[in-house]
Amino acid sequence: MIEEKDVKHIANLARLELTDEEVKKFSSQLGSILEHVANMSELDTSKVKPTAHAVALSNVLREDKVNHEVSREKALSNAPEEEEGAFKVPRIV
Amino acid sequence: MLHTLPAHELNKKLDAKEISSEELSAAINKRIEEVEPKVEAYNSLTGEGTIAIKDNICIDGTKTTCSSKILENYVAIYDATVVKKLKAAGAIFTGKTNLDEFAMGSSTENSAFKVTKNPWDLQRVPGGSSGGSAAAVAAGECVAALGSDTGGSIRQPAALCGVVGMKPTYGLVSRYGLVAFASSLDQIGPITKDVTDCANLLQIIAGHDAMDSTSLNVEIPDYNQALTADIKGLKVGIVKELTAEGIAEGVRQVITDSVKKLEEAGAVVGEVSLPHLDYALSAYYIIAPSEASSNLARFDGVRYGYRAEAEDLLEMYKKSRSEGFGEEVKRRIMLGTYALSAGYYEAYYGQAQKVRTLITGDFKKAFEQYDVLVSPASPTVAFKIGEKTADPLQMYLSDITTIPVNLAGIPAISLPVGLSEGLPVGFQIMGKHLDEATVLKSAYALEQLVQFNAQPNL
Repeated sequence: MIEEKDVKHIANLARLELTDEEVKKFSSQLGSILEHVANMSELDTSKVKPTAHAVALSNVLREDKVNHEVSREKALSNAPEEEEGAFKVPRIV
Repeated sequence: MLHTLPAHELNKKLDAKEISSEELSAAINKRIEEVEPKVEAYNSLTGEGTIAIKDNICIDGTKTTCSSKILENYVAIYDATVVKKLKAAGAIFTGKTNLDEFAMGSSTENSAFKVTKNPWDLQRVPGGSSGGSAAAVAAGECVAALGSDTGGSIRQPAALCGVVGMKPTYGLVSRYGLVAFASSLDQIGPITKDVTDCANLLQIIAGHDAMDSTSLNVEIPDYNQALTADIKGLKVGIVKELTAEGIAEGVRQVITDSVKKLEEAGAVVGEVSLPHLDYALSAYYIIAPSEASSNLARFDGVRYGYRAEAEDLLEMYKKSRSEGFGEEVKRRIMLGTYALSAGYYEAYYGQAQKVRTLITGDFKKAFEQYDVLVSPASPTVAFKIGEKTADPLQMYLSDITTIPVNLAGIPAISLPVGLSEGLPVGFQIMGKHLDEATVLKSAYALEQLVQFNAQPNL
């Protein structure tokens, strides 16, 4: 179990709005998943380096020039709302 | 019965002018009309073509929904690199196949639109998350398909549907145009009727791509040349941890029989232990949701996808995401956000990354002794629809045999080798980093030895 207030806090960080029922459900389900993954703490990893990627690649750079262009029209083609060639969103403040 | 033939045999008929490409396309389309109402493998259909594409891979001008309400009306504005390569090779697409929402699941039951059925038993799941692609190949609703594999999403459904599925080495196939789930684990791969088709399809889609900065700049060998049945002296390691407890008895029996056949054909078989595999599932279910929580932050209702009515921006984000995402996706975003949040990062995400190093090390060590490692591709045959939906952890456990491969970034294939309870059993062959050739060779040899010719009765 993780506490319901923690579930609500995490939901806010993830920009999710959960119903009371979902909060209850996740508090028990996430709790049991976290309990399962806790077996990792049995391992002494003090001398182990973390792996962020399956293949160690150094920074991949390219020449700083435009070589792939998505037209404004295409970029906006899936916009829920647009105005004057820009994405429109509700009031911010 | 054109719909039962693999692509390399159809190509011979096309070359000999026994059939035309129009006739082939019409035959596949007819088959789709007959069986799609029962199987429900597709999210959208074109009415022509032979190759199916998982609905999380972009085809320019076509809906790419990820089987999510949040992308229900999203129309891709470019071709994925794999799609571009297939088009250049002359491929025509049958449509987009169903998946667990954002590829998160092992049964395709997490689709927001429909539940795809296993062609071998319509009461059972096709596996997931590429369940639509695997079911379409098994049912003859396409000649071959593409899937994506983050923790087994190609190999497990291929196993459950009795077809061939391969996850290539991480970085061999460009991910450009694949909707990201867990970027350090995701890889696109073929789902086909046999190993020869798998090699040929991989040949087309593999290769460096400047549009994917994690794509490997390596020479691609001729995979077809690897398809010889000569495995004399091939060193085969049975992974102890993946054949022990938790594997259904019937599955174990079929796998053991196949290993015997490899041995009779001259392979040198031994048992190998990968001691950290017991922690693989834990590491995966921290790493994958963590990456997912970050990747899925882009679905905010601003540039594309579902937008809910709201008074201000924050409310719009929250409502759009809460109404647009399904339960499993929310669960994984929550889990990932938790694992990455202040105070928990080191204990969960940091530790999982270190465990990943240990697992990769286990594989490296095993490959010093063996050319390939083998195991079942799934601990059980296809399970019943609804059987595991109530308990997410039980569902996660069905990925236990496939997940370690993604963590290590190595290639692996599943091919059908027999039946248990009348349902297909998939045999997994894992190879060294970038050694697809040996994986394909071993799979081809085994395919010749087992002669799996059973077909689903639809």
